[in-house]
Amino acid sequence: MSTRLATGGRLTDRSKQVKFQFNGQHMRGVAGDTLASALLANGQLMMGRSFKYHRPRGPVASGAEEPNALVNLGKGARFEPNQRATTTELFDGLTASSQNHWPSLQFDIGGINTHLSRVLPAGFYYKMFIHPRPLWKHVYEPFIRRSAGLGAAPDAETVDGDTYEHFYAFTDVLVLGGGVAGLQAALTAASSGAQVLLLEQNAHWGGRTPVDGGEIDGKPAAVWISDTVQALEAMENVTLRLRTMGAGVYDHGYVLGYERLTDHAPETPGPRHRLWRIRAQQIVTATGAIERPLSFAGNDVPGVLLASAVRDYVVNYGVSIGDRTVVVTNNDDAYRTAICLHEHGLTVPAIIDARQNGGGALMAQAEALGIKVLKGRAIAKVKGSRKVTGVAICAQAGEGGVLDVIPCDAVAMSGGWSPVVHLWSHCGGKLTWDDTNVFFRPDLAKAPTSHDGAPFVIPAGAANGHMHLGATLTDATTAGSSAASAAGHQPRSTVLPKAVAEAEAAIMAVWLMPQGATVALRSKAWLDFQNDVKVSDIQLAAQEGYESVEHAKRYTTLGMATDQGKLSNINGLATLSAALGEAIPAVGTTTFRPPYTPISMGSIAGQARGEIFQPVRQTPLHSWHEAHDVNWEPVGQWRRPYSFVRAGETVEQSVHREVTATRDSLGLLDASTLGKIIVKGPDAGKFLDMLYTNMMSTLPVGKCRYGLMCTENGFLMDDGVVARMSDDTWLCHTTTGGAERIHAHMEEWLQTEWWDYKVWCANVTEHYAQIAVVGPNARKLLEKLGGMDVSRETLPFMQWVEGTLGGFPVRIFRISFSGELSYEIAVPASQGLALWSRLHADGAEWNATPYGTEALHIMRAEKGFIMIGDETDGTVIPQDLGLSLAISKKKADYLGKRAHARSHMTDPARWQLVGLETVDGSVLQDGALAVAAGKNLNQQRHTQGRVTSTYHSPTLNKGIAMGLVLNGPDRMGEVLDFTKLDGTTVKATIVSPVFFDPEGEKQNV
Amino acid sequence: MSEPVSALNRATFDGLAHVQEAGLQGMITLRGTVLDEGFAKAVSDVTGLALPGQRGVVSGGDSTLVWMSPDELLLLCPHGDTSDRVAKLTAALGDTHALVVDVSDARAIFTLSGPQLREVVAKLAPVDMSPAAFQPGTVRRTRFAQVAAAVWLSDAETAQIICFRSVAPYMFALLCNAATPGTAVGIF
Repeated sequence: MSTRLATGGRLTDRSKQVKFQFNGQHMRGVAGDTLASALLANGQLMMGRSFKYHRPRGPVASGAEEPNALVNLGKGARFEPNQRATTTELFDGLTASSQNHWPSLQFDIGGINTHLSRVLPAGFYYKMFIHPRPLWKHVYEPFIRRSAGLGAAPDAETVDGDTYEHFYAFTDVLVLGGGVAGLQAALTAASSGAQVLLLEQNAHWGGRTPVDGGEIDGKPAAVWISDTVQALEAMENVTLRLRTMGAGVYDHGYVLGYERLTDHAPETPGPRHRLWRIRAQQIVTATGAIERPLSFAGNDVPGVLLASAVRDYVVNYGVSIGDRTVVVTNNDDAYRTAICLHEHGLTVPAIIDARQNGGGALMAQAEALGIKVLKGRAIAKVKGSRKVTGVAICAQAGEGGVLDVIPCDAVAMSGGWSPVVHLWSHCGGKLTWDDTNVFFRPDLAKAPTSHDGAPFVIPAGAANGHMHLGATLTDATTAGSSAASAAGHQPRSTVLPKAVAEAEAAIMAVWLMPQGATVALRSKAWLDFQNDVKVSDIQLAAQEGYESVEHAKRYTTLGMATDQGKLSNINGLATLSAALGEAIPAVGTTTFRPPYTPISMGSIAGQARGEIFQPVRQTPLHSWHEAHDVNWEPVGQWRRPYSFVRAGETVEQSVHREVTATRDSLGLLDASTLGKIIVKGPDAGKFLDMLYTNMMSTLPVGKCRYGLMCTENGFLMDDGVVARMSDDTWLCHTTTGGAERIHAHMEEWLQTEWWDYKVWCANVTEHYAQIAVVGPNARKLLEKLGGMDVSRETLPFMQWVEGTLGGFPVRIFRISFSGELSYEIAVPASQGLALWSRLHADGAEWNATPYGTEALHIMRAEKGFIMIGDETDGTVIPQDLGLSLAISKKKADYLGKRAHARSHMTDPARWQLVGLETVDGSVLQDGALAVAAGKNLNQQRHTQGRVTSTYHSPTLNKGIAMGLVLNGPDRMGEVLDFTKLDGTTVKATIVSPVFFDPEGEKQNV
Repeated sequence: MSEPVSALNRATFDGLAHVQEAGLQGMITLRGTVLDEGFAKAVSDVTGLALPGQRGVVSGGDSTLVWMSPDELLLLCPHGDTSDRVAKLTAALGDTHALVVDVSDARAIFTLSGPQLREVVAKLAPVDMSPAAFQPGTVRRTRFAQVAAAVWLSDAETAQIICFRSVAPYMFALLCNAATPGTAVGIF
């Protein structure tokens, strides 16, 4: 049983007790514990169940690479699944529960899967659950979802109780990883005067060197580390950050840093996580190395840990996994664990070294301490299911014939070390196989390159394959110096620290233990603990033809899920290469993708939540609408009134009231969102003639003209009224959605194609509040405000005038989108609300009624006016809409002209705009199709038209619609069948799209 | 004539920095060929300011000229003087191919002041806000979270931020949120 030792734990403070709960049980840890070390101290070795077979699992590692010890952390608004116990710092009141078991961790029904493992091989789901198809959805999937899984999904209705933020940082040199290599690289780079940012994912500097030991510059490594950190802190050009992980490296030196501010102290105010969005000229990846497990039967039993983790728990937290620990290894490093355990008074019954001749100096040291070393031996099998009870020993060279059984409580395994190459690889850094050291290391000739083709990532220390302390520091010095020079700074000569650490004998590649393990043993030898992938699964995948490592990964799930195969990848691909009879580098690795470990969704969202989730654009009249029962409609990022709903009204009633009030007397519309673009210059007329399908250069000053804009492919993209302001200046109105888009469209043509045109444009949309005063009494209201002559004679239809109206500086455009007598008044936004209020006050005698977008839509449809986005959808050309008159025949060219001449565009069978009226007066459904005889190859009915706009007209008291119909204009009076959602159809007659006042008598007054 | 009002009527907030919607500000967009002598002379004559270089800001008296793009400047002046300045610039430019247009009410302007303003900006805008990289006299056209903005320092502890008027409430909420007490990053 795991327990707290009487003394020790360099990261803990035993004077401070910390209370926490696991699966409802109250437990105690000490300050400085991780959740994993605290659970181990409480004898809680089993921390979860595996994903597929529900096998009991304890921690296998002590850091970010941990695949097993995942917990549901927190409660309510702070609940989060799949948190690694090994990187969760303990705090008072922490609440955690284990995952993927039912009904309990101790007794789990799903555990039966482990006995079924022989019938649940790789690709089992693909093979088994394909037929019959309907069973997948209703039987197989619900069952699999229940039995396989990680943590619980957070409650859908609960809002995250924490806040998050982003931070943009810029630096010359970014060092990722604060172990000895990172510290030395930072120190060297900083000596040049370069700006240096150093990030460390853990809460402590120095990485694992304090545990592994050694001397630097004649001092214990831990002292050198604290001295170096102090030196760095004293430098103004250096920023140090703990608890901040380099999550991803992207193009051009862009890096995401993931800072965990309050995970270890949730009651602290401020954001929980901060996502650093960093631009670095040069990046040093000093990310260390991760130890590999060995593949032997039962290597997943709780109590089998990485050798480095076993000594981490002892040295860092004063926690032992068991009294008797068998060490199994193929390299010298694991001997450090044996020596460490021995020094702490624990028993090491044997070191099982797969190498025929064993190790070097460290072995001699262990043997001198009286520890038995078994050379050329292997673990045949781990005894025990929920905890280790012993190991069966065999010859590494054999098939697993048991030579001896050694009783023990824990196994410390080491299959060698792999440099953490993730961040090097994210942006394209390549790897090379090092046969001597048995790992992939960065291929320095193929570094990630920036815009100039020069490398921008430099690996350092163990991350670069330099495992020995001395080599690590030498390499880090070089890396820091190179990074500073590449960032344009001259590194001063820094003294290379002198390191002393034991020499190590060569590692021997061991991918399976014993090398000839029987099928029975291979089926219990885990490669991927998190996804329950065993040696036998990879071999089966290879046998079934999954030769590519990427295919084998997806077929077997090796290296997937939250740990992304940090422990399993290399062992898995070595197993695959052995099964394929190919060399490891020929098989290669899967792709390393960011983030290095999962980052919170909250950190990605940053501040974008609640009120500032998205910008909401408000017109100058917004506050008035809000105070007057507005029913908002989102129009892009704008909020526009859909209608103003009075007490006792339905929304539909409010819309109909607004239409009737406007048609009968006086309506007021907030039209501020319509785009307004000034176009000025000697070539402005020529420019607009190219942009619009009709002539704008001939428009007299003081007049307005409706215009259409098409894309180069001839499709209608925007429309609006253009007013000529002066000899060389025009004002183009666009749709609400078109303001920015059309402005950009203009700039693009001016900057890329017609750069010789002398034209300037400016988007002045938001400078004005624009108010439409609409209805038979519109003129009376303007006359009441006074100051301008708005008579029929002075200001006829489609003209504009500038002046002072009721004391307001305005432009008045006499244009109409409703068919009524109508004036659109533009006033500086700072006076918009005052004018709007004045119009309401003075218009009260005519029942001045504010109306919204829906009333606007109905009135324009009654008049047969098209709406961009309703009648158009990116496939419609002006000719489809009966707008041929707005296409100039005189102009040599305009955007879309050539396209309009193409055969498909001139095809008489293109659907054309018509009006539609149901025979029974009902309202056609939006988007309804006109059906035709027969069916197509997909057994769908043929169609001959579609509805583009449809409303109930309160003016005509019936349903009216517009639509595009095959040969529509030639088929007036014909009755077509239109689809309904319930499968039936409704009859509608083809009519003119102008339903109301076809002679235009109402606006022409 | 009614009293003009700015988007947020000078709303304020105190946190890591002091946030204020700065009220009405005259703003005039000038588009022209900046290298053209006639254009430069006319603008200098009316404003009394030398033209700013790339990403530059030049202030003097009640006016400030802000570089916006290779062919666009923004002139800041008292709100009430805008029409007069537009008229003077238009007259001074004469036949020079240029555009002078009043955009005062199209925008909102905020001031952010206090020793920690750099961090508040750096939480929202992808701009190097370190003192080494960003000093008074420099403008950046950038974005603050999801909206377009321009930012410059009028002195070591005061930033001016402009955005479109319609998103003034969003900008104010963003700045207040980024300036929440207790959220200092501690790097500048």
